[in-house]
Amino acid sequence: MLLVLVVGIALCFDFTNGFHDTGNAMATSIATKALGPRTAVALASVLNVVGAFLSLAVAATIASGLVDTDLVTLTVVLAGLAGGILWNLLTWYFGIPSSSSHALIGGVIGATIAAAGGHAIEWQGLVSKVIIPAGLSPIIAAGVAATGTWLLYRISRSMRDRARSHGFRIGQIGSASMVSLAHGTNDAQKTMGVITLALIVNGTLPKDASAPFWVILTCGLAIGLGTYVGGWRIIRTLGKGLVEIESPQGMAAQSSSAAVILLSASFGYALSTTHVATGSIIGTGIGKKGSEVRWPVAGRMVSAWLLTLPCAGLIGAMAYALANTIGGTFGAGVDIILLAAVAGLIYWRSRKTKIDHTNVNQEWAGTVVPAEPEPAVAA
Amino acid sequence: MSDWINLTAIWKIIVFGLIAGAGLPTLFAIGMLALSRGPKARAADADSEVLVGGSPAGIAVASLCFLIVVAAIVWGIYKIYELGHPH
Repeated sequence: MLLVLVVGIALCFDFTNGFHDTGNAMATSIATKALGPRTAVALASVLNVVGAFLSLAVAATIASGLVDTDLVTLTVVLAGLAGGILWNLLTWYFGIPSSSSHALIGGVIGATIAAAGGHAIEWQGLVSKVIIPAGLSPIIAAGVAATGTWLLYRISRSMRDRARSHGFRIGQIGSASMVSLAHGTNDAQKTMGVITLALIVNGTLPKDASAPFWVILTCGLAIGLGTYVGGWRIIRTLGKGLVEIESPQGMAAQSSSAAVILLSASFGYALSTTHVATGSIIGTGIGKKGSEVRWPVAGRMVSAWLLTLPCAGLIGAMAYALANTIGGTFGAGVDIILLAAVAGLIYWRSRKTKIDHTNVNQEWAGTVVPAEPEPAVAA
Repeated sequence: MSDWINLTAIWKIIVFGLIAGAGLPTLFAIGMLALSRGPKARAADADSEVLVGGSPAGIAVASLCFLIVVAAIVWGIYKIYELGHPH
């Protein structure tokens, strides 16, 4: 019973992971109008599902590289997921592209510490496979994107402006597809890892087992569905808030993101696709002469990144304490009801200042919510 | 220290990241530039979106560039599949 609940909540997390991260692949394509907003989310969704089947390296890191599987219980996994989901919803509400991966890892670690103490954490795995990559990957991505941007403008400078944008918009379809695929190979893996962890904890699977087929399939579908719903608030911040993006910059940013994510995933680094995508977008602002990076927006994001692990951890720890005090499946049930209530509240609040495919590209005037809501125009 | 930071991995990510993440779009741009050379491009006005210039040599160079880009992507995806399924 508890196992079924945990798997269900894990898939819910995967869904929030999908819509939180649609922007990583598609924000720049939507901003430069290389793809219509709805075409973009549909394409991203399909490629996420495909990507989920492509590689299993990251799932292994999450399932057995971070916490001692002997000391973790199903309630711990559930509480950790609750922490991840809540933090994802909160940051989405404010349009902040924070890392879903860190939310999940933070939640699980917080709940584990609350349950078994700090010695149940594989600190070395955490630092070497999560924290150090988190710090380095946006910088590497920014460097690659800045180099690419500079080269693209340099090579194409003799072309007519309209023809050049037209060409790079076509290229962006390809590069955006690669980021979506990369996102599937990286982020869908994380939920697979957690479900695998739950199955190991429950004794259903042996230690060091890899994800069974049904887990890969359901995780791929959940993240694909989330992607299709689209986190328009975050797409808006990434596409319009950070840098005003032209199509050569969009292509450079996406190529850099895809390359860095795919390379790191194949080393088993559970890095944040969000950090990489944001780093790349900032890089394209640095690489183009006369382009302006809105550093205050970037600064706010980085502070949210630093908060993600501890905050999701704290929520995870509290969720564990609550479920453990009440005890049993009923305690876990109380957690889930509370989680659903808070999620409903955030969703209800977000309806008041709705952002969707109709107003995602409005001029950036300092905040994620556009100054005046324009009447809906069919996309 | 090397238990905590895998320098080889970082080094590889930077080099291959630059080759794939900056090199491939650059090749795409070179292809586009080659494609846009030719009589039709010279005849087009400044507002035109027309990309194909119509020079045979340009089209040949462009095709080669695009082919390399596609081949590199297909090879990369294959390698990732191979590395990600060790059993």
